[in-house]
Amino acid sequence: MEFSTNHPILFALVAVIIAAVLAQSVYFLVKSVRRAKATGMDMKKIKKTVITAAIFTIAPAVSIVITVITLSQSLGIALPWLRLSVVGSLSYEAIAASNAASGMGTTLAALAEGMTASQYVTIATVMTISIMVGIWLVPVIAKRYQSGLISFEQKDAKWSGILQNSLFIGMISAFVGFVFCDVYRLWSSTDGVFEVVSKDPLTGENVTTLYSSTSGLVPVFVMVISAVAMCLCGLLIKKLKWKWVNDYALPICMVLGMALAIPLTAWLG
Amino acid sequence: MKENKNYSYIDTVHRDGRIWNISMMILLLAFPVVVALIFNAAPDWRGVGMGLIATAPMYWAVSAIEVITFIPMLGAGGSYLSFVTGNISNLKLPCAINALENANADPKSEEGEIISTVAIAVSSIVTTVIIILGVLLIIPLEPVLSNPALKPAFDQMLPALFGALGVALISKNWKLAVAPVILMLILFIFIPALNSSTVGIMVPVGVIFTIIVSRILYKKGII
Repeated sequence: MEFSTNHPILFALVAVIIAAVLAQSVYFLVKSVRRAKATGMDMKKIKKTVITAAIFTIAPAVSIVITVITLSQSLGIALPWLRLSVVGSLSYEAIAASNAASGMGTTLAALAEGMTASQYVTIATVMTISIMVGIWLVPVIAKRYQSGLISFEQKDAKWSGILQNSLFIGMISAFVGFVFCDVYRLWSSTDGVFEVVSKDPLTGENVTTLYSSTSGLVPVFVMVISAVAMCLCGLLIKKLKWKWVNDYALPICMVLGMALAIPLTAWLG
Repeated sequence: MKENKNYSYIDTVHRDGRIWNISMMILLLAFPVVVALIFNAAPDWRGVGMGLIATAPMYWAVSAIEVITFIPMLGAGGSYLSFVTGNISNLKLPCAINALENANADPKSEEGEIISTVAIAVSSIVTTVIIILGVLLIIPLEPVLSNPALKPAFDQMLPALFGALGVALISKNWKLAVAPVILMLILFIFIPALNSSTVGIMVPVGVIFTIIVSRILYKKGII
């Protein structure tokens, strides 16, 4: 059988796995909702959670589709569809595929011209195994780990609550720091232009991109706009009693920040 | 989905989660094997070895740390689902945090476990369906989504997300947040090697530092 990266059999195989991914999500959704009903939880909360989660997910999911399109140029559509529907990301998948290609003495750009089944299997194997840890480690440790956390909570409930908040704040602080990661371009550039040299995962060659020295401020302004919008939503909820805003505040603020990123990038580089 | 009276709800979540995740692992590993069998093509073992040596150690280490860091935040059901469907720190976890905040639910309670699992399950379903639509409509969608005019918006998704989510969480826990936010600002501003590809490694650093600081503040009676 002649191989191509968009062979219908590949789509059929991926469709089976994606169906299993969907089935797992539906199974846990149904299980949780049944438990909520059985314990007499307010079902309005569940309904709101479903609607809010669905709306919030749309913009990030569209960005994942863009990633599928990007990777499909070298790997066909089926493999990126599979990889980005399960654990992975653009940076991880591109690096894993690029490393597998270079292990075979070639590049993704060269393989895009025509890939053999052997090369495809090699790349798919590396992409699959290199990110597999989370899938098996959770079943191995989750139950004992959670039991340990519960017995810890029983010893000191107040500290346990603070610990939980510390986990969330620790994660948020890392991403707040990340937003400022390109600010150093302001004082590191010469004549207002900043050069970034990075390795192109497709060709394996170094690529130089030119940015304005103020380009590092774009994510900072976007974050501030989104944060201010969230504060305004909070005011609407408190002062005008518009409680419905609470359910949509996060996706509204996120999309507003993303939309204003377009003129901000045009202005600051 | 019937629950045995000898098992608690959370026990059944772990039992079912184990079955699902191990099954998903086998399915994912089967993909390259089945492709190899159908097309009668053995992998290039040198390419596999070199590719794994160059890729796996770092991602195995990061994944292991992520599991330890994220399980207490995602809950049991959310963890099993998230470590199969991915996009945890940029989608599943913010989605769960937002749902817990809106429902005013304690993440450690059974109500929190249910809310978190519902949010992550819905997010996973919506993501999978949107990707399926994207794949089906890839020809008409490609010129729209690949339009350079839209690129800055998607490039800035994380700042837009964490601006809104951060202000909501930090304003409620500002005493906890001051030290880790300052530390992360200093690290990310003055160490150019820290960027979008290393932020995942910095999440556990931020979490451990915040726990240490909050323990000190707690012992001193400040929080």
